[in-house]
Amino acid sequence: MTPVLARRFALLVASLVVSSIGVFLLLRLLPGNVAQVLAGARASPEQVARISHQLGTDRPLAAQYLSWIGGVLRGDFGRSALNGVSAAGELGQKLQVTGPLVGAATLLAALVGIPLGILAAARHRTPDGLALSVLAQLGIAVPSFWVGLMGVTLFAVHWQWLPAGGFPREGWAEPGAAVRSLVLPVVTLALFEAAVLLRFARSATLEVLHADYIRTARAKGLTRGQALLRHGVRAASLPVLSILGIEFASLLLGAVVIENVFSLPGAGQMLVTDVGNRDLVKVQGTVLLVTAVVLVVGFLVDVGHHLLDPRLREPR
Amino acid sequence: MSAWRRDATAALPPRSGAGRAGPVGVGARRCGAQAWPTGRAVLRSRSGRLGAGLSAVIVLAALVSLVWTPYDPTQVNADASWAPLSARHPLGADLLGRDLLSQLLAGARITLLVAVGSTALAGAFGLVLALLATVTPRPVAEAVAHLVDILVAFPALLLALVLAAVFPGHVWTTVIALGLWIGAQVGRVTRAEIRRVLTADYVLAARASGAGTWRVIRRHLLPNITPALYVQLSLAAGVSVLAEAALSYLGLGTPPPAPSWGRSLHELQPSLMAHPLEPLWPGLAVVVTVLGFNLLGDGLREAADPRLRHPPRPADAPPPATPPPPSSASPATPLPDMSLPADSVDGVR
Repeated sequence: MTPVLARRFALLVASLVVSSIGVFLLLRLLPGNVAQVLAGARASPEQVARISHQLGTDRPLAAQYLSWIGGVLRGDFGRSALNGVSAAGELGQKLQVTGPLVGAATLLAALVGIPLGILAAARHRTPDGLALSVLAQLGIAVPSFWVGLMGVTLFAVHWQWLPAGGFPREGWAEPGAAVRSLVLPVVTLALFEAAVLLRFARSATLEVLHADYIRTARAKGLTRGQALLRHGVRAASLPVLSILGIEFASLLLGAVVIENVFSLPGAGQMLVTDVGNRDLVKVQGTVLLVTAVVLVVGFLVDVGHHLLDPRLREPR
Repeated sequence: MSAWRRDATAALPPRSGAGRAGPVGVGARRCGAQAWPTGRAVLRSRSGRLGAGLSAVIVLAALVSLVWTPYDPTQVNADASWAPLSARHPLGADLLGRDLLSQLLAGARITLLVAVGSTALAGAFGLVLALLATVTPRPVAEAVAHLVDILVAFPALLLALVLAAVFPGHVWTTVIALGLWIGAQVGRVTRAEIRRVLTADYVLAARASGAGTWRVIRRHLLPNITPALYVQLSLAAGVSVLAEAALSYLGLGTPPPAPSWGRSLHELQPSLMAHPLEPLWPGLAVVVTVLGFNLLGDGLREAADPRLRHPPRPADAPPPATPPPPSSASPATPLPDMSLPADSVDGVR
């Protein structure tokens, strides 16, 4: 690992620590005392104090934080204050829906958006290039939950090709039904990201098209397409990689909304429910996990840059 | 100058020739605070005209709704339940018989309030963060820069969710959550912009003639970064409209009974099977608004950067400046300019 990457890794660890403290403190803002809720309205102060002691909420904040984060590091996200279910176990179960949803949407968006973006740049100032740009402009202006609703109207209600929502009770034990129920959500989620990627791939490629080395390659006798594929794509892939990383974070959040549109029992839907129930322990765990994934993906994108761009690898 | 050098190498895209992005070239172009677009320059571009037109429609709808709507948008009328499209109800009515056109017009108010409020907050917060991360002594500046990186990674929708749970029932919760998060992104992009301006010759000249930090900020820095800032904020407005709609759809944004497009969609969803047409209108309203702000942002960008109007011939292409080549001190992820509906929007659909 180069010193630059080592420094970047240290930054990742520091970011994880700071954001975990942030998540912890932010949720202490919640008004209302869990112990009071559990004990009931007519409980005596002694009873409340006893429950508070059992939950550990009477200890100093630093001690609470340390015991929470110690548990998280061992894979124990605590137990729901409402029903005592292990937060880690439930989260793991929900991720069986959210994981494939987000993963497939990222893949679909990249497979559709990036080639179309390069195409839009190559055919720039022709009618079909313009049409692609207009399409992308529309794609980023459309709220995805609305696209989801319209998709349900057409494909589930009108043509009845796909289920309107939900997920088979047996989960992935019933692969056919599980895949069918994820088709509409994945496409809906990918649509917006594909439009974003299209725009960025287009502008990155356009910039590369004017570069000196492309002119040199053309002078050597390569056609425009060959020059672009052999020399341009690698250079243009750098900004697109960054966007892909950032868009992954936005996909995770988009999943929260999309899961609610299609009533998918995923982590996003659980989060919204938990916030409504003030289930602090679970909200805390989910938010921390999402933030950590975003930070780790950011780190991986930077590592990818180092692999792709020799200028970043040179010793300073 | 080590900071500059690091930026220059870490700066991402191998724009036109790595060596060209030198401070002088950029500075020379950047001197042009006079390049700041006037309204007319914005209207000269196709996107600018279309964007201004669409935004004007929404602003007009919000203004009209202040004095007149066909019906009281919150008035329940059992007789009009699911009234079809007609002269009395041009867009029909919902389950409770509330006129959809009236709801749509009144919904523009909340949408604009959130868009303007969170964008203004994002601009102020982003500018302060960017200044703190550039003109303060190095340890402070680096700490702020890292903090901004973390803030950007912290998912906005989660912040909004948490704030909505803590202080339910206020539009301002949404405004603050979105403003802080978009502000962090604005800060990151503006920071790169400031660092570039600070290396320009005219800043050096000002310093040499004894100008203090504040004077440099006021006289040289701010005028030169405002065009880029306005472009970002225009795009940020589109982001916040999408985010407000998503939050209200989840029941965490605008509290009832104030009409909101996102909540209308939420309320119309259960009857989707029987009444598939009605959800079309609030959705289209969101699309028009976001499209308007985004196109306006593109128009501003074109007005601020004449080279976008006349694409450069390969031979004389200067290093593209807007959108700014993303760069940041940490070898962190190069940042997209806000044309990224990003993240932003991120996520928040």
